[in-house]
Amino acid sequence: MEATHDHAHEDHSHHPTGLARYFFTTNHKDIGSMYLWFSLIMFFVGGFMALVIRAELFQPGIQIVNPDVFNQLTTIHALVMIFGAVMPAFVGFANWQIPLMVGASDMAFARMNNWSFWLMPPAATLLVGSFLVPGGAAGSGWTLYPPLSIQGGISVDMTILAVHIMGASSIMGSINIVTTILNMRAPGMTLMRMPMFVWTWLITAYLLIAVMPVLAGAVTMLLTDRHFGTHFFNAAGGGDPTMFMHIFWFFGHPEVYIMILPAFGIISHIIPTFARKPLFGYASMVYATSSIALLSFIVWGHHMFTVGMPAAGNLFFMYATMLIAVPTGVKVFNWIATMWKGSMTFETPMLFAVAFVSLFTIGGFSGLVLAITPVDITLHNTYYVVAHFHYVLFSGAIFSIMGGAYYWLPKWTGHMYDEKLGKVHFWLTTISFNITFFPQHFLGLAGMPRRIPDYATQFTEFNQISSVGAFLLGFSQLLFLYVIIKCIRGGAKAEAKAWEGAEGLEWTVPSPAPYHTFETPPAFH
Amino acid sequence: MSTAQDVYYVPAPSKWPVVGSTALFLLAIGMVSLLHWGKTPGMVFLAAGFAVLTYMLFGWFGNVIHESVSGKYNTQVDASFRWAMGWFIFSEVMFFAAFFGALFYARQMSVPILGDLDNQLIWPGFKPGWPSEGPYLTDAFKPMEAWGLPAVNTLLLLTSGVTLTWAHHALMENKRTQLLIGMAATIALGLTFLFFQATEYGEAAFTLSTGVYGATFFLLTGFHGFHVTLGTLMLIVIMARCGKGHFTPEHHFAFEAVAWYWHFVDVVWLGLFIFVYWM
Repeated sequence: MEATHDHAHEDHSHHPTGLARYFFTTNHKDIGSMYLWFSLIMFFVGGFMALVIRAELFQPGIQIVNPDVFNQLTTIHALVMIFGAVMPAFVGFANWQIPLMVGASDMAFARMNNWSFWLMPPAATLLVGSFLVPGGAAGSGWTLYPPLSIQGGISVDMTILAVHIMGASSIMGSINIVTTILNMRAPGMTLMRMPMFVWTWLITAYLLIAVMPVLAGAVTMLLTDRHFGTHFFNAAGGGDPTMFMHIFWFFGHPEVYIMILPAFGIISHIIPTFARKPLFGYASMVYATSSIALLSFIVWGHHMFTVGMPAAGNLFFMYATMLIAVPTGVKVFNWIATMWKGSMTFETPMLFAVAFVSLFTIGGFSGLVLAITPVDITLHNTYYVVAHFHYVLFSGAIFSIMGGAYYWLPKWTGHMYDEKLGKVHFWLTTISFNITFFPQHFLGLAGMPRRIPDYATQFTEFNQISSVGAFLLGFSQLLFLYVIIKCIRGGAKAEAKAWEGAEGLEWTVPSPAPYHTFETPPAFH
Repeated sequence: MSTAQDVYYVPAPSKWPVVGSTALFLLAIGMVSLLHWGKTPGMVFLAAGFAVLTYMLFGWFGNVIHESVSGKYNTQVDASFRWAMGWFIFSEVMFFAAFFGALFYARQMSVPILGDLDNQLIWPGFKPGWPSEGPYLTDAFKPMEAWGLPAVNTLLLLTSGVTLTWAHHALMENKRTQLLIGMAATIALGLTFLFFQATEYGEAAFTLSTGVYGATFFLLTGFHGFHVTLGTLMLIVIMARCGKGHFTPEHHFAFEAVAWYWHFVDVVWLGLFIFVYWM
């Protein structure tokens, strides 16, 4: 056994140093860190765009950017946040945690893993760089609906190719994750004994493999409609722009769950740790996650209640969408039941987790409101929708990412982060998040349309509150950056098991986790 | 070799991923240039991109083949390859599903709905049936007939599935001559299929811009043809490796992966034959 160890070490313990280490690495921890840093950078890039949008919306009228640039900012803000910030963050967590959690020596395909990451910077360059080409960035909205996306200039092609490259990255990353989970678990770790984060990523990766190719198909048809004379989305040739919406949202709705299921996984680790109780209803969590994933394939029409689908279609999509509330309710119930009578403490990860449960539920309920076809017909494309998806994406996905980062930073860096500053960051974020997005519900209910740089004067006050909140929210994130850098550079030494109530294989290796872990599978009980 | 078999093989740091990313970035820039800044810069970037991509494919696959024949892959690594190839083919199925979805939507929804409207503005003589004619036609509209070349092509691909399975059985029974004959037959059938497909394109009485029929026809059959081309290239590589004495009756997953891919391309064709040509 000793010889085995040495042999494996010889191959790759002498990794290159400096930049070459990261260009050529095959180490899941290096790649995880690169994903997380990339995500954080894109979070600030997308956040900057959001602040320009909120600055413009501080007053009615046009002050800072012209309507064209405003459209470009809303479009690229969304694409950057979805494909550049949220998804890579979860892939970063997957890279760091899945091999540690299942007791694997690395990801199943270590080289392809690095390719998945290194496709992201070129794609981001195409996407963000499209602001610099004549005509500016794509202004069609992130959904790239024709005919706007057909009429756009060079930047739409850059966006389409960026989507292709990010799609290839996601598919390869997902195949890697599925294979790692299915084939590299420590002996004794049956599927129903896997950590919840691993389960949620298995299902997420399945969704990604199923729908990213569909998005690739959709944008390919856009490209041929734009340049090669096809009429997929043009009624003048027997096509239909609505067809794009159907294909896009067949991808788009599972995509929404791709951005929330790993969040559910992270929260399902944090809450048991700080409630010092095992997760309530493990099996029901697995079944609920699977149900949400399966239902996600048959609800896409709720994004297009106003395009004139047959009434039977609208009804089907309404009821199917409402069904999703059932497994989601199971999850929220389980998290609360996990906390019930637990000996709880409220370190920063737990604060984010508790805020996640309550704020995500608000976002879930506003989703239920929007699922009702007749209600959606008045609320469609208003700020109510903007409020809804920021509650599920920011106080959902991003809160879980921040909570997860605080939770595992000790494992990654070997140091405890600054708890006091972490808590300040949490409260600033939570309060300013609600100042930013809660008034948007009222704006939407009162009829303010989204994606428009100007508005009627009666919307001014709520917009001003929202903009002030947004700037506070944006600048609070600099504190997050500071806490992370401070934690990397030093701090109290973290134990192997950094949290008293933490369970799982990742807490059996030292902190920081050595460059190579579990080169021979650990015993799992 | 016993030490290598005990641990899961994790490759050493490798330059191929960044080389591959560079290739795709160059291809993307080339594509954008070609569409907006003219032929010369576009072709330069595209050529560079393809060159780098080819370099990467040879280098990376070369590494993998070398690791495989030197016995670094244990049975667990083999299982990883099997899972991954299966999921990759699933992703390909979903890619074609997008285009089949477009075909079904056009046939069942968009063209019939246009028929309900005041449709004389769409193009003169618009009829909401399928195949739909489309604008810009100079000659009489003639959709592709199923029982000519496409039927022959169906027969060719189905036969190629049989010859490939025959070659696989030869490999498992270590009959190397039969293996090479089977591979050569499969490749020949694939190339004949591609030749007939090109002939059919040449004879088509409609184009990519002939309305939604032309669009769905050419994108579905075009992407399929592209996959057959890739499959044929993969078969040629595998045959060359067979000729060099690679693969044993027990270990030959590269062969099997290509066979899975070939059967997948075959099944897609059956869908095309039924829904694009025949019904």
